[in-house]
Amino acid sequence: MTDQFHRLLMRVQKPARYVGGEYNQIIKDKTDVDVRVAFCFPDTYEIGMSNIGMRILYGVMNEMPGVWCERVFAPWGDMEDEMRAHDLPLWALESHDAVKDFDLVAFTLGYEMCYSNVLNMLELAQIPLLAKERDGLENIVFAGGVCAVNSEPLADFIDFFSIGEGEESTPEIIECYRAAKKKGLTKQEFLHEVAKIEGVYVPSLYTHTYYEDGTLAAITPEPGAPERVKKRIVQDLNTAYFPTKTIVPSTQIVHDRSNLEIFRGCIRGCRFCQAGFCYRPIRAKSADVLCKQAIESLEDSGNSEITLASLSTSDYRELEALADGLLEYCEPRKINLSLPSLRADNFSRELMMRIQKVRKSGLTFAPEAGTQRLRDAINKNVTEEEILSTCATAFSGGWNSVKLYFMLGLPTETDEDVVGIAELVYKILQVWRENGSGKKRGLSINLATAYFVPKPFTPFQWAAQITPEEYLRRVHLLQANLHAKCVDYRYHESDLSRLESVMARGDRRVGQALLEAHRLGCRLDGWDEYFDYEKWLEAFRRAGIDPDFYTTRGFAADELLPWQTIDVGVTTKFLLHEREKALRSESTPDCRTHCNGCGARMLSERRLCDESPAV
Amino acid sequence: MNRLLFEKTGDAVWLSHLDLMRVFQRAFKRADIMIWHSQGFSPRAYVSIALPLPVGSESGCEILDFEIQDGSVDLAKLPALLNRTMPAGIRVLEAYESAVKIKHLTRLRAQITLEYDRGIPEQAGRAIAELFSGGPVLVKKRTKSGGEAELDLKPMIFSLSLREASAQELELTALVSAQNPSCNPQLLVNAIETHLPEQKPDFARIKRLEIYDEQGNPFR
Repeated sequence: MTDQFHRLLMRVQKPARYVGGEYNQIIKDKTDVDVRVAFCFPDTYEIGMSNIGMRILYGVMNEMPGVWCERVFAPWGDMEDEMRAHDLPLWALESHDAVKDFDLVAFTLGYEMCYSNVLNMLELAQIPLLAKERDGLENIVFAGGVCAVNSEPLADFIDFFSIGEGEESTPEIIECYRAAKKKGLTKQEFLHEVAKIEGVYVPSLYTHTYYEDGTLAAITPEPGAPERVKKRIVQDLNTAYFPTKTIVPSTQIVHDRSNLEIFRGCIRGCRFCQAGFCYRPIRAKSADVLCKQAIESLEDSGNSEITLASLSTSDYRELEALADGLLEYCEPRKINLSLPSLRADNFSRELMMRIQKVRKSGLTFAPEAGTQRLRDAINKNVTEEEILSTCATAFSGGWNSVKLYFMLGLPTETDEDVVGIAELVYKILQVWRENGSGKKRGLSINLATAYFVPKPFTPFQWAAQITPEEYLRRVHLLQANLHAKCVDYRYHESDLSRLESVMARGDRRVGQALLEAHRLGCRLDGWDEYFDYEKWLEAFRRAGIDPDFYTTRGFAADELLPWQTIDVGVTTKFLLHEREKALRSESTPDCRTHCNGCGARMLSERRLCDESPAV
Repeated sequence: MNRLLFEKTGDAVWLSHLDLMRVFQRAFKRADIMIWHSQGFSPRAYVSIALPLPVGSESGCEILDFEIQDGSVDLAKLPALLNRTMPAGIRVLEAYESAVKIKHLTRLRAQITLEYDRGIPEQAGRAIAELFSGGPVLVKKRTKSGGEAELDLKPMIFSLSLREASAQELELTALVSAQNPSCNPQLLVNAIETHLPEQKPDFARIKRLEIYDEQGNPFR
């Protein structure tokens, strides 16, 4: 007879994403295992399996004897309905065992709009949502990922956070848990123990108090809890754990290819970019190591595409050697090499033409702002000339489409900057008229604007977000200035970005709104099919939270910030200095031209950043 | 043409036809076997799987055609080589040369297990046997254009037998037309649901047992 689970698979879309069984999944003998980890990605299988961090940590944990880490993803709505109708608790893909039977439940937080999925997954797992409602050492819930740098909106639900890179801290956390379990510690005792690990933040050990105007008055740590929690980093990427034998999904995922991280951190310092500041200091992997890992990954997976991951591929010092090495392997095997995040400079232009031998990829620019003045203010160091000459080369080489990404609502933006976007688009069209080959098919320009969301640990962390009305006014202003037929303009909905802004800079009180939203049925907010703004507004009303407090109000420079306990290495003094420069529309040279003293190199044992010693 | 005979069982039954093609494309690459690639803008490893199996159905007799680029692979060793890196539930049984065209795959034998949680209804066996031995067996079928069409299964069913596999499982084995027209065994279940609502099973699982050519020999 067929069990309930397999019967309902017959009724849901894409059932393959719920059963595991892929090549390279890790199966362990339960009798050899004393710590079981349910590694939850708070979005669908297709998104989660594309995440390189999850693949690394899955490998890290399963390398540990006696530890079995399994994967859990958010079900799509149809499956969720079936699970609720048949009282089927959320399961892990490898063993199909219920998540509630696991010791540790880990979440990775890559995007603020996944928070409702965290709550929904806990509920589907039949695990109490609030940390204080979970008593024992069973179902200890922890989380990491870039959003963990301001984890306050999730503080009521998650027992502790792992800040920074998890390759080294995750095994320490698991050993600490194993020891606690052996010694029979209480949950409270365990939390005090785990808080001693560098990079671990236990929110329940900190009390937040507020002034009458709602701003944060004080953060008081319990005795024994560190004043500040310093982000963990991997010291040497060449020797750091990296899995070349990883799960090969049988069903299609979003990024269906091998993924190779070439360096961490970024020398550019774009003032809106959270990753650019949070992933510092800059540490690269050598081209030799990368080539070896690439070949191993491709041979083991059978993938027909490999991509290089970093925040700015062109800034990798050994890029030419790496690209040559990879092409030598990939070309005869019809493997496509893709280099995203290339800068629009000369060197990159040549490289781009060279790597297109297997398959031609798109041409994408993210100038983010329409005028040089605003690009200087946000420190996006790309010039109009660079964009136009790259377009010229590409158009004469046969490209006939280009994607352009901008943001609206950046600090100091004026109408002139908005109209500047339309002007840049027009100049690109002119370049096409002069250089385009195969003009019969015409040029297509895909233009997209996002609604700027200020993020913690950036120079804009204090900035006010513009109102949704003002954002839409700027959208329409841009629209009115776009005349060419070949431009397909799309803009982000304001609702989602407003919400993202609340979550990004939210404090602990926002957790109540999150809980209300969950009760109202919010989940899969990153998906248009499910995002329901009205429910969120209702949740804020019920929780007594004014979203504007976190969005359009802005934070005062001397205000205590909810994320103050976390130390990502970059100093507040540096961020303030960068903010001042932004207001003066002054750019900062990249870190390779000279060190700007952001402070992140102090995270390195040898005080190294970008392989140059401390100044 | 090079051909594989493989089985799809266990949780692999949830893989779609496209998923399965991707699984094999990668499996060949993992085994370091360069197979023929489609030409053009995005070259792809060419594999062709006969008679797409409905998602959820099991099979012991799937056929995949491919072409080895330089012809230097020992086909006898291929199943073991591929099986080393297959996802759970996919197992290659044989690899061989074949000149028989897929159009000669005309019939298939399927096993349909009707699951009755509260035991097989008393009349079920007889009623089902009668349904398929009488006149036309009409079922509604969704057409490609999104509409509905009525279809008579009767001319597509060549033989059918019934057996009680357990107190709750009624096992129906049918030899049906595989192509032109093709008869999805699920349609037999639909026919039971439509015409014998009282014998409607709680669940039905389907397994493709064997495929045949016009002469009734197993198709290879």
